Amino acid sequence: MSTGFNVLSSLLLIACFSHSYADAEYQALGKPAEQLSSQAQWNLTITPAGKDLPIGHGSSEQGAKVFAMKCAACHGPAGIGASAEPLLGEVGSLASEYPEKTVNSYWPYATTLFDYIRRAMPIDAPFSLSSNEVYALCAYILSQDDIISADQELNEENLPQVSMPNRDGFIAIYPDKY
Amino acid sequence: MTKPTDSRRQFLQKVALGGAFAGTFSLPVWANQDELSLTDRLPEWMKKPGQDFSNYGQPSPHEQQVIRWISANPDAPGNGVSWTPLHDLQGTITPNGLHYERHHNGVPQIDPAQHLLLIDGLVDRSLSFDVASLLRYPMISRTCFIECGGNSNSGWRSNPIQSKVGYAHGLVSNAEWTGIPLKLLLQEAGIKTDAKWVIAEGADGAALNISIPLEKLLDDAILALYQNGERLRPENGYPMRLVLPGWEGILNIKWLRQLRLTNEPAMSRDETSQYTELQPDGTARQFTFIMEAKSLITSPSLGMMLPDNPGTYQISGLAWSGRGKITRVEISADGGDTWLDAELHGPILDRAFTRFSLPWHWQGDYSVLQSRATDETGYVQPTRDALVNNRGQHGFFHYNAIVSWEITEQGDINHVYGI
Repeated sequence: MSTGFNVLSSLLLIACFSHSYADAEYQALGKPAEQLSSQAQWNLTITPAGKDLPIGHGSSEQGAKVFAMKCAACHGPAGIGASAEPLLGEVGSLASEYPEKTVNSYWPYATTLFDYIRRAMPIDAPFSLSSNEVYALCAYILSQDDIISADQELNEENLPQVSMPNRDGFIAIYPDKY
Repeated sequence: MTKPTDSRRQFLQKVALGGAFAGTFSLPVWANQDELSLTDRLPEWMKKPGQDFSNYGQPSPHEQQVIRWISANPDAPGNGVSWTPLHDLQGTITPNGLHYERHHNGVPQIDPAQHLLLIDGLVDRSLSFDVASLLRYPMISRTCFIECGGNSNSGWRSNPIQSKVGYAHGLVSNAEWTGIPLKLLLQEAGIKTDAKWVIAEGADGAALNISIPLEKLLDDAILALYQNGERLRPENGYPMRLVLPGWEGILNIKWLRQLRLTNEPAMSRDETSQYTELQPDGTARQFTFIMEAKSLITSPSLGMMLPDNPGTYQISGLAWSGRGKITRVEISADGGDTWLDAELHGPILDRAFTRFSLPWHWQGDYSVLQSRATDETGYVQPTRDALVNNRGQHGFFHYNAIVSWEITEQGDINHVYGI
């Protein structure tokens, strides 16, 4: 076979390959998902403004009952911790020699409490609590340190209004202090 | 106990090493003088066929003690960690079965055929991607470490913990991750100009959600599908996870199901109540994403001992930085009074483990071994005193101080906080 033929076939091969490479670097394969995006199971995150909080309500009294059944085994009957973290008390302890980071002493937003309980608690059955039960648990925990009054019912309207004791306790390192 | 007076004297010069071994070579003896047959001279495994092939190889049964150490909540065994046994490993790549784990509610058993990634929020078009589609995208590979923000947290305690290196500092591992540059997928969805943050969420039993600056995802983030050449292990996010080189582990969301572009962070539990660092004045550092430079001597280290006195030992360890490449590792045998440069083993990669070593001639003196890393930004790993003076003792996360190993005159090794 002649050298000329080899050179020619090599050139053809190169031409073929470069054509297929040049067409498109990759194919966009994402599927339109507007509808999916609007469904509840894709809207789990609750922001400090309360966006996507479900409609519902619950009282501290109701929360105490749910707490005893679903939470006390790990967080202790008084909510001050057992195999899981303490939730109550220690407000004002953060600058002391023995600081305790509880929900009530440390967490800056009450909306985070709803978000976290619903997605992760109880740990053996996430997403098993109703919205009303989650609101009730929030009311129970927050009322134990008088962050809300014992008779205040929480709902999707007033949960974002709750003012947490450590609301201004955080210094964002990103982006300015990097 | 006496401190060494001149630590430089303790480190072997390479020139001297050659001389030390020059006299040990001798000529081979060709003539076979005794009566023993080859059968008697060879080990059993050379005189019969070996085991059959295996579909998936396992470590030698003689290495069964090389394991991740599990530390989990007995009441919720899916909530905890397992530590990479750094003290048993060499080189820089963490084997997939030994990559550290931090799970908040166990390892989900995900059917890839049913798993979707949704990109929505402040985008021009919400998009969903199935696994089969993602496997068709162009991919890149990147070797980098992932380190839990809570790694080495026992260092904040007042007394030095007496655990092997890996079981105090092994919430860090180093792997080659292969996947899709995340910016390709974000660009396909079209990023709106007011998008600043991305809320990432996992498909585990904690539905773990965390806020990540969009800037990082557009920079070097990978949607990883492969780990050291094979598909992700379930405990590392199968079928897909985020890999954010140099940023703390919690942000590298495993079992990724959603990326929602927003203009502000979600203030989720794991970016407020956890992974924030309480300071002595009661305020807490938040969004401390970068894992700063750190190094450890992995050998000799606690749990080992020095059998020969005097003797020559290969000091070996790991260094890494979330800000870039390691440029220097120094070693001290006198608790930080004097330092010598260790050899850095290439390739030195950006935000990846770098192995360092230095031969050490131990004279039998009381010694305190330390390593100190410097990265390409000029950041130098701090002493424990400097770190604690700066942050107090209640920060829990981001402990990266120099680690000290005390060598007693008997050759025992203890963890100390300096001389």
